[in-house]
Amino acid sequence: MTVATDRDDRAGAFRRARRRDARRAFALALPLLAFLLVTFIAPIALLLTRGVQNPELGQAMPGLAAALKSWDGTGLPDERIAAALAAELPKAQAEGTLGTLARRLNFDLPEFRSLLLKTARRLPATSDNWMAALAAMDERWSKPEVWHVLRRAAIDPTPDYLLAGLDAKVGPEGGVVSAPAGEAVYVDAFARTFWISAVVTLLCLLLGYPVAWLLANLPPKPAGRLMILVIVPFWTSLLVRTTAWYVLLQPGGVVNSLLLSLGIVSEPLALVFNRTGVLIGMTHILLPFMILAIYSVMKGISPVYMRAALSLGAHPAVAFLRIYLPQTLPGVGAGCFLVFVLAIGYYITPALLGGAGDEMISQLIAIQTNQQLNWGLAGALSAYLVLFTLVFYFIFNRLVGVDRLRFG
Amino acid sequence: MATHNVTTTEKLAARGTRWVATLVVVFLMAPILVIVPLSFNSGSYFSYPLEGFSLRWYEAVFTAPDWRHAFANSLIIGTASTLLATALGTLAALGLARSEFPFRSVVMPLLISPMIIPIVVVAVGLYLVFAPLGLIDNYLGVILAHTALGTPFVVITVTATLLSFDRSLTRAAASLGANPWTVFRRITLPLITPGVATGAIFAFATSFDEVIVILFIGGTDQRTVPRQMWTGIRDRIDPSILAVATLLILFAIALFLTLNRLRAGAERTPS
Repeated sequence: MTVATDRDDRAGAFRRARRRDARRAFALALPLLAFLLVTFIAPIALLLTRGVQNPELGQAMPGLAAALKSWDGTGLPDERIAAALAAELPKAQAEGTLGTLARRLNFDLPEFRSLLLKTARRLPATSDNWMAALAAMDERWSKPEVWHVLRRAAIDPTPDYLLAGLDAKVGPEGGVVSAPAGEAVYVDAFARTFWISAVVTLLCLLLGYPVAWLLANLPPKPAGRLMILVIVPFWTSLLVRTTAWYVLLQPGGVVNSLLLSLGIVSEPLALVFNRTGVLIGMTHILLPFMILAIYSVMKGISPVYMRAALSLGAHPAVAFLRIYLPQTLPGVGAGCFLVFVLAIGYYITPALLGGAGDEMISQLIAIQTNQQLNWGLAGALSAYLVLFTLVFYFIFNRLVGVDRLRFG
Repeated sequence: MATHNVTTTEKLAARGTRWVATLVVVFLMAPILVIVPLSFNSGSYFSYPLEGFSLRWYEAVFTAPDWRHAFANSLIIGTASTLLATALGTLAALGLARSEFPFRSVVMPLLISPMIIPIVVVAVGLYLVFAPLGLIDNYLGVILAHTALGTPFVVITVTATLLSFDRSLTRAAASLGANPWTVFRRITLPLITPGVATGAIFAFATSFDEVIVILFIGGTDQRTVPRQMWTGIRDRIDPSILAVATLLILFAIALFLTLNRLRAGAERTPS
């Protein structure tokens, strides 16, 4: 009896000690976790919630927003809604909330700002039939799609920005409809971002594999020298390398002058401000990541397996494909995931070396925040970009493990 | 006959690999090697042949208030964010390297994620959080943001150093009566210093190379070298940007050499 209690006591003390040690270890990471919560996690979370927030109509005209929510949305609204609009429009203008609302509605219908401001200017003091009075002032008030836009603006939180990020919206009948081909932008931009990233990843793999092999198989001295040639570009500022390609690839730049003087081409090639420029620049910047990832696996591969295969009569190509290549796959996988994940977030290099048809999704997010001030759409596009990144990051972490990342 | 064929193929493959690798290295180094001489060109074209040797573009950089201000800003922001990132990251790594650390498989990827999440998303989000706090167009705001981006490198390098370090040394010190703080100061810290310094160099390089966050939350006062280069390329590109690029390449080589020294030092240390 006493023996059992003793053992229980000791087990309890041991468990308590372990819990205390765990708490102490965790406490050391706590300052960094708290810091990242404020400077990293909160900013991303706030931006992503912007992707579903829709407060403008509710803030400027709460009565109208409430009335619109109880309307079924077919045809034109009833007098109650028109009267709410007429009652709250002057109030919103006086309070200064009308400008924000007008800008918000303009995202959905480009003429809404002028319509709203014109109506606010000319609104009569009283009317028996507001629907008719509004239509008489501007015939756009008799169009169902104008009221449909208002009704969608009353719904908060809204799925509309997330749908807009996929070139879709909720139609007047309630179902989701795709944007007409001329207005569809974002699905193409995501596809382009993935395509560019995939091509860059493949180019990095094809160019990087032989270099990694040499690094792992040369004698230490020449390998060290080769390593310097890989690491110095890696350490050189991204903007310096992008500037260098910007200068080199110009029609009158070094590459074209060389090609012309060697007689390889008869007129300058278009190498920059197009897809070629983006692919060259991004491959150059991301290639060292691939080389280092593959090299770190290759240097641990023992040469005895290849020797055994060759001495047993395997053709070198067969021995390479069946014996060596499979052993390097963890490095290939790590390099490809790393390059791809970094590539889908690229902004500077495509912005400086790309042309009109080469915008990647990061650039479109920047345009929405800097030029359009459409934080909702920026939030929705960011949500998709972060989601895709996290999926690849999760797979990367499962296959390779983030603690195995090494640089330099 | 078969043996002869095999060796020929092997030789060809080895030679082919060497050729491809040489071309790849040319591709990697070419931009750097080409723009360095261009920065000493006396003419204002971006092409060879050079018109003559001149330091005029370096003079232009060193006398331009914009560039001087940008270099000073890069150093201030880089140093402050590196100190913060190194302190926070090393502390966290000391916890993470202990086997008792709870929820490690969640915490570690979270701490590394500033390296992975697209920087535009972070920059736009920072604008939303920092604007109401008055941290836009402000040194503190940029320093805090750059600290967050630099911490993953410190966490990775210091954790790796700690995992390869012999625990019996700290246990021996503790059993001989040293208190935990003395053990840390006299045993742990000297052994992990190369790892901490490596992480700090990476954090500094991250801040020194960062432009997107500054574009979103920095003002004209906080313009750093990359931010000034971005404006230079977009508005009016002239060869003084190549002089700056050459200075940054020298800086990159200096960082690389420092890092190699640290590594060589770490390998000599008995562990």
